[in-house]
Amino acid sequence: MKARVFITLKNGVLDPQGKAIHHALEGLGFSGVNDVRAGKMIELDLADGTSDGDIEDMCRKLLANTVIENFRIERLENA
Amino acid sequence: MNSAVIVFPGSNCDRDLAVALETVTGRKPAMVWHKDSELPDGVQFIGIPGGFSYGDYLRSGAMAARSPIMRAVKDAADRGVPVIGICNGFQVLTEAGLLPGALMRNSGLHYICRPVAITVENSQTLFTNGYEQGEQLLIPIAHHDGNYQADGETLDRLEGDGRVVFRYGEECNGSARSIAGILNGNGNVLGMMPHPERAFEPAHGCSDGRRLFEGLLETVG
Repeated sequence: MKARVFITLKNGVLDPQGKAIHHALEGLGFSGVNDVRAGKMIELDLADGTSDGDIEDMCRKLLANTVIENFRIERLENA
Repeated sequence: MNSAVIVFPGSNCDRDLAVALETVTGRKPAMVWHKDSELPDGVQFIGIPGGFSYGDYLRSGAMAARSPIMRAVKDAADRGVPVIGICNGFQVLTEAGLLPGALMRNSGLHYICRPVAITVENSQTLFTNGYEQGEQLLIPIAHHDGNYQADGETLDRLEGDGRVVFRYGEECNGSARSIAGILNGNGNVLGMMPHPERAFEPAHGCSDGRRLFEGLLETVG
């Protein structure tokens, strides 16, 4: 069973990487971009029966820094 | 003073810190590998050095903060043993929950490596009694992720309780309220981005960092 964890910066936390990407997109002539926020995705290959609680625990203890980041868990049913 | 320096894969200021400690205390610090689970008996001071532990994978300091030795460091800190985290060491301490807030990518995105002006905001700490209140120091920084951030309430509390120990005297990395170094609530854990061990003797170009170690020795004995 696979799951994906999406880690994003909390609202209001300055994202210098997002800003740089935004700037680069504008430099390429993409004018319609209002804002860019960069995050990361971590794919986990898990033993069957791993609960949502277990994955949340992994996020809180390591995968995300909840001082500055939010996380969202997405299970991949057919993987 | 018996000291220990924690060494992670990717630490690169561990030996500089050891030289500073040995010079000031006259005793070689124990170099403690991250996979060890215990500190040597009688350790009176713990240093977490700068560098790029675990290649900054996931987040700077994230992996190191979960390594076996950090449980022992937490226990020692809880017992009141003074702990300093410098640069990557500061990142490790925030990731380990020993200090509040987080160190994010520098606001200008660039890695910054140069001496910067630092102001001593609180000279009444275990670590800063060798300095005058408000004194300006010149100490090098060398980091990519030194942009200190915490929520407004935490920042107010840090400032109100005198836990902002060092502030940048010039704009460099976007840190909230120009914070360069903070203390924990008990006053025995200091995290700072500037490198006092790299400003230790005249050959370094500036030696303002030396009094931090001398002051510490005076307090700890």
